[in-house]
Amino acid sequence: MKSQRVVWGDTLTELGETDKRIVIIDGDLATSTMAVTFAKAHPESFVEAGIAEQNMVGMAFGMSTLGYRPWLSSFGVFLTNRALDQVRMLVSQTLAPVRLAAAYTGLLNGSAGKTHQDVEDFSIMRALPNMTVLAPADAVEAEAMIRWAAEHDGPLYLRLARDAVADVFSSDYVYEHGAPILLRDGTDAVVVSTGVQTSRTVEALNAPELHGLSIRHVHVPSLKPLDEDALWQQLDGNRRVFTVEEHSVIGGLGDVVSGVLTSRGGSALQSRIGLADGWSESAPNDFLLDKYGLSPARVAARIAAELGA
Amino acid sequence: MTREASTHSDLAAIASEGRWHVLNTVASSKAGHIGGPMSAMDLMVALYFRQMRIDPADPKDPERDRFILSKGHSAIGYYSVLAMRGYFPVEELATFDHGNSRLQGHPDMKLTPGVDVSTGSLGQGLSAGSGIALAAKKQGKDFHTWVVLGDGEIEEGMVWETAICAPRFGLDNLTAIIDLNGLQQYGWPAAETDRFDRSEPMGHVDLQAVFTGFGWNAITIDGHDFEQILAAYAAAEAARGVSGKPSVIIARTAKGRGVSYTEGTFNWHNGIPTAEQLDIARAELLGDKEVGA
Repeated sequence: MKSQRVVWGDTLTELGETDKRIVIIDGDLATSTMAVTFAKAHPESFVEAGIAEQNMVGMAFGMSTLGYRPWLSSFGVFLTNRALDQVRMLVSQTLAPVRLAAAYTGLLNGSAGKTHQDVEDFSIMRALPNMTVLAPADAVEAEAMIRWAAEHDGPLYLRLARDAVADVFSSDYVYEHGAPILLRDGTDAVVVSTGVQTSRTVEALNAPELHGLSIRHVHVPSLKPLDEDALWQQLDGNRRVFTVEEHSVIGGLGDVVSGVLTSRGGSALQSRIGLADGWSESAPNDFLLDKYGLSPARVAARIAAELGA
Repeated sequence: MTREASTHSDLAAIASEGRWHVLNTVASSKAGHIGGPMSAMDLMVALYFRQMRIDPADPKDPERDRFILSKGHSAIGYYSVLAMRGYFPVEELATFDHGNSRLQGHPDMKLTPGVDVSTGSLGQGLSAGSGIALAAKKQGKDFHTWVVLGDGEIEEGMVWETAICAPRFGLDNLTAIIDLNGLQQYGWPAAETDRFDRSEPMGHVDLQAVFTGFGWNAITIDGHDFEQILAAYAAAEAARGVSGKPSVIIARTAKGRGVSYTEGTFNWHNGIPTAEQLDIARAELLGDKEVGA
């Protein structure tokens, strides 16, 4: 059980031994994002751009035109918000192989609070043409995605969590681009989750109050692209669907799943478990997950209540 | 088509023709900008016909000099120069801003031969150029990256992120050319010290001192004097691999340069010339000379 940021630094460091297309452009956060591991091993491929996210994106685009595949090292919130225009015009529009390694995503960022909480990223990044939007469940999937990304020739957003979560996948996991993953089967309801919230949802579905229920759990590792037909096969015929995400209930996984349901005539009632439309605060992880309804216990309690268990 | 561009008067004739293409195309397409393309025309003609190492027949040559029009709204001026230089037919200018055209309202690297970077959202080009220049340094590439910015454009904060960052990497293969045409779309009321009918965007800023202070080689020139333009370009090129600093050429120009009614007035930031105004422009720019399209 490693954190995704450690895996990111370690995996790129390994890949960088042979793949000289890889560079990291850092926004003075290398010791947080763990780009520092790569910087020490490959100083010639590490670019410290300073605290200037817009310029980071421009530099990454420029370097990509000479064959590099730059990874941006910063807190996700600054890439998706502060540098959005640059990502939109210089990456999304040009199809540049620039990778946004969004660190400290979601609600949990070491008690930094609302300024640093990247909780609208799915909504923003999904709307950009050509953008691949990935949200790994654990360290294993994060590593697999980073290896997959090395050969992906296009823009990419990778949502990474600061802190470790319980592994969902075993070490033989292979990332299959765009495919939803069935984690457990069941007939009473379908729970769809993404990112590290999938790890918490695995724990939630093992809660005692849900023991009498048969619940299917599907993990969506890629919000875009997504094999919608495959997801629909997991949803079809179910009357109750829950989506669970460490993201605003606006524009994220909930909307993705709704789109699949409604466009195929699905009649399931969907409940969106995520961050309400509002601001959070700075606090320890357990406090935030509990207060904002994303802890395993809170997720389990809500599903149980809505299913009348 | 190879144009004679050996003398300053050759360059001036090409630039006049380019300005005509700007006005004529905007008049026929009923869209586009006037003042900015005309102020930057001499700077761009000098780059494309004399300074840059480029081959219009091979616009993707990895060893070519790179050019970025950061003030992307001057696209029609850029297209005019590219067409006259042979990247695509001059006749194609007539498709500017039409549906299904390769000549978009702002430059699109995915569509237009010779366009190295998509621009139009102001402030981004210098940063992109710094990334290209950094990559070129890392790969030991032997080319120069040139970026044209507007004086209104450099109000954008991102420009200054790059201004601080680029010298850190010793990017002496990067040159910014600021088209200091003295006007922006609207801006502020003119003071007595201003050159034109609105406040000069950077009139209160000592740009040369600012860039020098940020760690750049900086020079200020008359951006309509080919001798000064070419000398500044040559100095920037001579500094490549030597000075350890990026260069900036602050080129004092006049918005709408070259036609009596467009020069020095903010109202011609954009606009559609009438038939009578086109006749005046043709006479002032071309005299009796016939040009294509």
